[in-house]
Amino acid sequence: MKLVTAIIKPFKLDDVREAISEIGIDGLTVTEVKGFGRQKGHTELYRGAEYQVDFLPKVKLEIAVQDDHVDRLVEAIVGAAKTGKIGDGKVFVYDLEHAVRIRTGETDGDAI
Amino acid sequence: MEITFELGYALDTFYFLMCGALVMWMAAGFTMLEAGLVRAKNTTEILTKNISLYAISCIMYMVCGYWVMYGGPDGLHAAVPFLDGILGDGVAEHGDTYAPSADFFFQVVFVATAMSIVSGAVAERMKLWAFLAFAVVLTGFIYPMEGSWTWGGQSVFGLYTLGDLGFSDFAGSGIVHMAGAAAALAGVLLLGARKGKYTVDGKVNAIPGANLPMATLGTFILWMGWFGFNGGSVLALASVESANAVAVVFLNTNAAAAGGLVAALVLARILFKKADLTMALNGALAGLVAITAEPSTPTALQATLFGALGGIVVVLSILALDKLKIDDPVGAISVHGVVGFLGLMLVPVTNDGALFSGQLIGALTIFVWVFVTSLIVWSIIKAVMGIRVSEEEEFAGVDISECGLEAYPDFTGGRV
Repeated sequence: MKLVTAIIKPFKLDDVREAISEIGIDGLTVTEVKGFGRQKGHTELYRGAEYQVDFLPKVKLEIAVQDDHVDRLVEAIVGAAKTGKIGDGKVFVYDLEHAVRIRTGETDGDAI
Repeated sequence: MEITFELGYALDTFYFLMCGALVMWMAAGFTMLEAGLVRAKNTTEILTKNISLYAISCIMYMVCGYWVMYGGPDGLHAAVPFLDGILGDGVAEHGDTYAPSADFFFQVVFVATAMSIVSGAVAERMKLWAFLAFAVVLTGFIYPMEGSWTWGGQSVFGLYTLGDLGFSDFAGSGIVHMAGAAAALAGVLLLGARKGKYTVDGKVNAIPGANLPMATLGTFILWMGWFGFNGGSVLALASVESANAVAVVFLNTNAAAAGGLVAALVLARILFKKADLTMALNGALAGLVAITAEPSTPTALQATLFGALGGIVVVLSILALDKLKIDDPVGAISVHGVVGFLGLMLVPVTNDGALFSGQLIGALTIFVWVFVTSLIVWSIIKAVMGIRVSEEEEFAGVDISECGLEAYPDFTGGRV
C-alpha cells in the first residue's frame, strides 16, 4: 500500500477530485495548508505600508491506495492540477505499513 | 397658540432625544471600527474598553461634568452636581423650547464620543484600567472645562471669552473631535509605539487589522450616527426655519462624508497603486469631522469639497505621523485632531459670523488645555499604576492579560 500526498492550488481541488473519482478511487482527506516553494510569496498593502506574505494558501490531499493503483492516481492528480504556471504544487508517495477500517475492523487491502 | 407651543416643545424634545440616541449609536461605530483595525488577539479588550468608557462617560457627566460645563452662577441651566433640578419644566424655569433633561441626554453622548476617540489611538498596548482611570478625569473634568468656554459661554479663566473673538464650532470639530485627539496624542507620546511597528532603521511595518468587514460596518454606523451629531446640534426642528436648517445639515453631513471617502480612495490609489480600504474609511470619517464645525452654511458642493479636503489631509497626516513614529492603529489623531483643526479653520469660509483669528485662538485654547492636562493625568497614572502592559503580555495579546478571554475561542483549541 502507498500513501499519496499532494499539495495543489486550492482552485484545482474540484478538478482533482473528479479526476480521482473517474479512475475509481473513492476517499481522500483534504487539509487547508500554507507554505512556499519556488513561487515565494507576494506583497500586500495596509495603510500605505507594504508587507511580505511568505506563505501562500494551498490544499493538501492524502489518499491511501493499493500499490497497483499508484501510477494511475499520480497521473490523474498531475493531469488535473497542472496549470503550467509556477506554484502548481507537488506529489509525494510514501510506503504505507498498515490500515484499519474503524467500523468493521477490516485491515490493510480490505480497509482502503 | 398654547397648543402650537406645546406641539413645538414636544417635537423639539423628541428630535433632541432621537438625535441623542443616534449619537449614542456612534459608540457602537467606534467599537466596531476599532475592533476591526486591531489584531484578533486584542479584540476582547478593545470591546471591553469601548463599552466601559461609554458607561463611565455617562456617570461622570452626571456626577459633575454637566455642572462644570453649564453650571455656576452664569451657567445656562444653573445645573448642579448629580443633575438635581434638571427634572424641572424647561418652559417655566428657563424659557427653553425643549425638556432640560433631553439637553443633558444629548450632551452626554458627545462626551462619550470624545472619549471613544482616545481608545483607538492607544489600542493594543495600554492597560485597560489605566485607560478607564483616564476616562474618569477626561469626561468628568477636562472635556467639561473646555466645553464651558465654548458651548457653555464662560470666559477662559477670566482672561477672554471665545464667543466674543468670533469663535464658532457648530457641532464640535474642535470641542469634541480635536479635544479627543489631543488627549489621545498625549497618551500615545507617553505610551510609545506598538512593538514591531517601526524598525530601528525607520521603516514602517504594517500591522493589518483582523476584521475589515467589521471596520467597514463601524464606519457606516458612524456615518449614520453623525446625522444625529450634526443634525441634533441645530437644537430645534419645530418651525419652517429650523426644519430647513436641519435638512441642510443632514444633506451637507452626508455630502462631506462622500467627498472625504472618494478623495482618500483616489489619493491612496495614486500614492500606493491600490484601493486602500482603511484609508478610504478614514477618509469618510475625515469628511464628517471637517464639516462638523459648520454644516449649516456651506452649499452641498462646498460641503463635498470640504469633506474631500479632509479626506486628502487625513491620508497625508497618517503617513506623516508614521514618519514621526507616532503609532496610532486606527488613525484617530489624524481623523479627529488634524482634520478637526481643518474643520475649525474652514468655518469662516462660509460663515460670516466667525473669524479666522477667533477660530485659531479657539483651536489653540482647546488643544493646549486638553493636551497639557491629559499629559499630566497620563503621567500620574503612569507613575501610580503604569500605563503599558509588559512586552510578553503585548506579544500574547491584551485579551488574555487584561480580560482573561479570547474573542474567538473556537480557533484556539479550547474544548467544544
